[in-house]
Amino acid sequence: MINLSIHKISTLLKVQYSNMLEYRVEIALWAISGIIPFFMLNIWTNNNLNESINITNTMLSRYFISAFFVRQFSVVWVVFTFEEDSLMGKISPYLIQPLNPFFRYLAQHIAEQITRFPFALIIAFCFFIFNSEIFWFPNLFILLLSFISTFLSFLIQFLMQSIIACLCFWTEKASSIERLLFIPTLFLSGLLAPVVSFPEFVKSWIYITPFPYLIDFPANLLSGNPTNISGGVTMQILWILILFPLFKKIWSEGIKKYTAMGS
Amino acid sequence: MIKNIIEVKNLSKSFDISSRKQGLKGTLKHFFKREIKSIKVIKNINFEIKEGEIIGFLGANGAGKTTILKMLCGLIYPSEGTISVSGYFPFRRKDNFLKNITLVMGQKQQLIWDLPPIESVYLNSSIYEINQFEAEKRIRKLSDMLEIEDELYIPVRKLSLGQRMKSELLAALIHNPKILFLDEPTLGLDINAQRNLRKFLKAYNEETNATICMTSHYMKDITSLCKRVICVHNGSISYDGKLDKLLKKLSPIKEVLIICRSEKNANELMNSGFTVKQKIKNEITLKIENSSITTSLKTILNKYDIEDLYINEPPVDEIIGKILRKKEYND
Repeated sequence: MINLSIHKISTLLKVQYSNMLEYRVEIALWAISGIIPFFMLNIWTNNNLNESINITNTMLSRYFISAFFVRQFSVVWVVFTFEEDSLMGKISPYLIQPLNPFFRYLAQHIAEQITRFPFALIIAFCFFIFNSEIFWFPNLFILLLSFISTFLSFLIQFLMQSIIACLCFWTEKASSIERLLFIPTLFLSGLLAPVVSFPEFVKSWIYITPFPYLIDFPANLLSGNPTNISGGVTMQILWILILFPLFKKIWSEGIKKYTAMGS
Repeated sequence: MIKNIIEVKNLSKSFDISSRKQGLKGTLKHFFKREIKSIKVIKNINFEIKEGEIIGFLGANGAGKTTILKMLCGLIYPSEGTISVSGYFPFRRKDNFLKNITLVMGQKQQLIWDLPPIESVYLNSSIYEINQFEAEKRIRKLSDMLEIEDELYIPVRKLSLGQRMKSELLAALIHNPKILFLDEPTLGLDINAQRNLRKFLKAYNEETNATICMTSHYMKDITSLCKRVICVHNGSISYDGKLDKLLKKLSPIKEVLIICRSEKNANELMNSGFTVKQKIKNEITLKIENSSITTSLKTILNKYDIEDLYINEPPVDEIIGKILRKKEYND
């Protein structure tokens, strides 16, 4: 049974990886398009904004390059593909297979991350050539923990988007709702600025939302900036435990509304 | 006694559909206040299907054939009534139920577009928890039956429609389903590809005793595969029974072209009480009721000097066209 499940997962990943390799140029472009953290780093260092939060230039640079890596491996677009597949009736063949179609999307994302990895490394390598003083190599424990934390961040985003994606059973245009989520994700996740730079009052609210655990927490962890490791991982797991049953509920209700249009 | 594999009782399905009037006024009105109508597309239908049967669902576009298939395979949730397929309520989509069925849609594909079909086939085999050895055995067997081999290793986007449909069938049948739901499986295929597909379906049915429920607008698919048809008209079943009985019912008269040895003979035949459609010299076309065709022909052959005769069956397409237009065919 376990062997069959492993076989199922590995085949799904292999097939999706082969599929993603067909789009390697597209993926390279996506990797390049994820360089927002470098722009933000430039803005922060040129304006000496790091001084206002008592962080050195080096540590801030490490934070943003870590944010770049975390972002590269936690990008989620399931809402757009699911919405199209659902509205066009493309998920129909997958719905009558003994595997929830979201596993296919999950495998697609993971395969895309694996394909993206060398491109992200090349971009980081170029960055370190010009900024060799910023280079660091975290110890293996931190590296492993950062990897797990980035994966948890990816799962949170995947679940959030999947829940929104399921709303297309009612609204048909769920991606519009996702746009609403994009704004807090952009500002509160730590992509544009480390959450530590926010006023105390705002921070106290932000930390009870899932957003700082998407980029800020894993990026701080990887870059070696001070962070509450156990608290951060606990919050990530907690959000997954909240979002997963919510997703299951909304999926089972929404699928009753599926009309298999376009076929 | 062959058991029922599908039982449908008082099944109905309604869809909420919003409509709007044409033009700017209609658009604005639609923006502020949506008019949503509940349309009953399937109305209280009942039928049973026995294991191993091949059933054709006939009906005009929008009659509800595909909606019935979608409910039978568990894709959409019925509004009212009960469905039992292989002892399961399809919409619950239990793994054991899903492992027993498959759905092939002529206008939808499950193969991954940029990869060769073999990748999708192996992916399906792992989803259905078939081990590598068994999967290879089934692929060999199905590819022999479908007469495909090299095509399995060419990216889907580069295959012809017929090759794609064969690959689609291979991927859909890798788990040896006991019930096949086929929605216009020959759509867009050329004559040879259609014939090959029909040959394959017939062989698959004979070999595995699989039940096949299919819709098709190509009448040859229906006439060569289905002994029984269910005609759907505006969401209701207008006929459920044997296809040949329906054809006889809709076409109770046969045309018989008789070539007499002389024109005199033909004139005598013309005045003998048969309904004459036309007469040209020594050739005469009679309209004879199906029920009396044997006795009538015996009489003609005994009484008159006949050189040759031809019995013309009315074109099936023409008869099926009547089915699509009319509402009621039951006795």
